[in-house]
Amino acid sequence: MANPKYEFIQGNLACAKGAAYAGCKFFGGYPITPSTEIAEFMSEYQPQHGGKFIQMEDEIASIGSIIGASLTGAKAMTATSGPGFSLMQELLGYACIAEVPIVVVDVMRGGPSTGLPTSPAQSDLLQAKWGTHGDHPTITIVPNSVEEMFTETVRAFNLAEFFRTPVIILGDEIIGHMREKIRIPEPGELEVINRSLPNNDGVCKNPYASDLNKPVCLPNFGKSRIHVTGLNHDDTGFPTMDPMIVARENERISSKIYHQRNMIDKFEAVQCEDAKVLFLAVGSAARAAEEAVSVLRGKGVKAGLFRPITLWPFPKEEFAKYAANADYIVVPEMNLGQLKTVAERFTKRTKIVPINLVNGEPLGPDTILSAVNHLNI
Amino acid sequence: MFDYSQYLRNEKLPHIWCPGCGHGIVLKSLIRAVAKAGWNKDEIVLVSGIGCASRLPGYVDFNTLHTAHGRALAFATGIKLAKPEMHVIVVSGDGDSLAIGGNHFIHACRRNIDITLICFNNGIYGMTGGQYSPTTASGDKTATSPFGNVEPHFNVAELAKGAGATFVARGTSYGVPQLDNYIYQGLMHKGFSVIEAAEACFTTHGRKNRKKYGPSNLDMLKWQRDHAVSVEKAAGMSEEELQDKIVTGVLHNVDKPEFTEQYQKLIDSFGGGAK
Repeated sequence: MANPKYEFIQGNLACAKGAAYAGCKFFGGYPITPSTEIAEFMSEYQPQHGGKFIQMEDEIASIGSIIGASLTGAKAMTATSGPGFSLMQELLGYACIAEVPIVVVDVMRGGPSTGLPTSPAQSDLLQAKWGTHGDHPTITIVPNSVEEMFTETVRAFNLAEFFRTPVIILGDEIIGHMREKIRIPEPGELEVINRSLPNNDGVCKNPYASDLNKPVCLPNFGKSRIHVTGLNHDDTGFPTMDPMIVARENERISSKIYHQRNMIDKFEAVQCEDAKVLFLAVGSAARAAEEAVSVLRGKGVKAGLFRPITLWPFPKEEFAKYAANADYIVVPEMNLGQLKTVAERFTKRTKIVPINLVNGEPLGPDTILSAVNHLNI
Repeated sequence: MFDYSQYLRNEKLPHIWCPGCGHGIVLKSLIRAVAKAGWNKDEIVLVSGIGCASRLPGYVDFNTLHTAHGRALAFATGIKLAKPEMHVIVVSGDGDSLAIGGNHFIHACRRNIDITLICFNNGIYGMTGGQYSPTTASGDKTATSPFGNVEPHFNVAELAKGAGATFVARGTSYGVPQLDNYIYQGLMHKGFSVIEAAEACFTTHGRKNRKKYGPSNLDMLKWQRDHAVSVEKAAGMSEEELQDKIVTGVLHNVDKPEFTEQYQKLIDSFGGGAK
C-alpha cells in the first residue's frame, strides 16, 4: 500500500467516516450529547458528496426520515444517545417488520431519563435488544476503539443491507469522544455490501416473497409501485391476518438472522483457552478488563477476556465453551448488571462476579482488580 | 366517464370505510387531481400514518407507504429529500396529523418541503371508536367526552399558515368539484401544501350528536353543505357568524424557496456532489 493514511480522531468522527466509506447517502438526526459530532460531520460531508443531511424535529422524526430515505434506495443512518434511542423504539420495530435497512448509532450515556448527558455509561445494552414492542430480530454491535468505530460502522451497513433490518451500533461516551490514531482503509479494502434488488430493480409483484429463513428482496420505490406497511403482511406486502402467514413472517424476520449467525457473529477472545477467571465485557469496560487480564496474568492468574463485538445475537456457544472451564465469570459493566443477565443464561455452575458502576465515571482496571482481589484465586 | 380503475388496486376493494364516510369521496377527488396533473404512477409515493384515512394508500396503485401513527410526514420528508424527483403526497387524519403528528406537521410547514398533505378532517378518532380529536368541536359528545368536549379545537388552515406552509386550502367532502380543484392546485404548488378536507364521521361522531348534525349520515353531509361558506363570503361575516362555519377556498398561496431545491443548490455549489 502506497502512503497509508492515518488520522488522529475521536470515535464519533471515525463512526461518521466509516458510514461515508460504506456509502451512506442520507443522514437524519437530532442533536443530543454525546453523539452530535456524528451529525456535525454528516452535515458537512453529505452535501459535498451528493448526499443528504437533515436535522429533524425530534428523534422519532429522525428515524422516520431515514426509513423513508432507505425505501428510495439510499443507505441511511441516524445517531443519538439514550433518551433519543428510547424515542426511536417504535420505528425500530417498523424497520424490522417492513424489512428496511437502516443503521442507528446510540452513543450511550448515563440514565435513566436525562441522567448524566456528558458521562459514560452502558445503559442501553438491553434496550437495544428488547426496546421495541413485539418479537423482532436484533443485530447490535459494540465497538471498543476508535478504529472499530470506523470498521464496525462499515460492517453495520453491510449487515443492514444484506439482512434488510436495522443494525444498532452502541458506542459510549468514552469510545465516542476519545481520540486514537487509526489508519483509514483504502477504498475497496473493506468489503462494502449493497442491497440485492429483484431482477436489476425490475417490476416485482410479490416484493415480500421470501424463502424460509431468508431476507426479502424488496425493490426500491419506483416502477414496482410496492406497498409497505407496519401491519403484518403477506408476500404482496399487503396486510393479512391469516394466522399461517403471520406466524411464518413473524418467525422469518428473526430466523433470517439467527440462521446466518456465521455472517453476524464476531467476538474477541483474549487468553480465554485456559482462563479460570473469565471476564465478559463490551465497549469501554472491555478495555479496562483487558488491562486487568494483563495485570492478573503477570501475577500468574489464568485470566481471560471474552468480548462480544456483535453483542446481539449473543455469541452464546463460544462464550459457553470458555465459561465451562472457568471458576469465575467476572462481568464489569457501567450499568447495574445488564450483561450479567446474559452470563447467567449461558453458564450453569460457574460463579458470576458482577462489577457495576453507575456513577458516571469510567470503569477502570483498578476497580476491576480490586474486586477480583477479593476472590479466592 | 372517468376511469378510476387504472389508478386503483381494484383487487383490494371494497374499502373498509363506513356508509356516509367522506374518505372515499376524497380518494376519488385525489385520483382526479393526479390524473389532471398527468403524473406517472411510478413517480408518486403516497404516504400515510395510522387511522381510517391512513388505510387509503392500500387502494391506490402508486408507491405506497403506510407508516406508524403520526409519523407519515417524517417518512415523507426522508423520501422527498432522498429522491426529490418523486411526487410525494401524504394522507392523514386529524388525530394523526395534528395530535400525535403535530410536531412533524408544523416542521414540514416550516421547511416548505414540496409535499402535498391532505388532512382528512372528520373531527374524530374513527378507527378506535370515536374519541375526541384536536379538531372535535367544543361541546360535541364523543366516546371520551361523554358530557361534551371541554377542549377548544385547532383551526387546521390557520395552524398550517402560521407554521409556514405556502399553500393552504379547505374544501369539504360535499363540495367535490371545489375539492378537486384545491387538491390539484396543491399538487402543482412548489412547496408544502395543506389541503384540509372537512368531512363527517356519522358512525362514531354523528350518532352521538344527532341533535346537532341530524339523525342520519346523509343529514350530517347536508350539515356540512349548510355550514360551508366561501372565503370570499366569509370576509364579510362577523366572528360570531363564522363560529360554526366551514370556511372553504384557497386560504393562502405564496411563493417561497422550497427546501429540497435549496438543498440541491447547496450540493450544486460543490460541483454537484463529486465523489
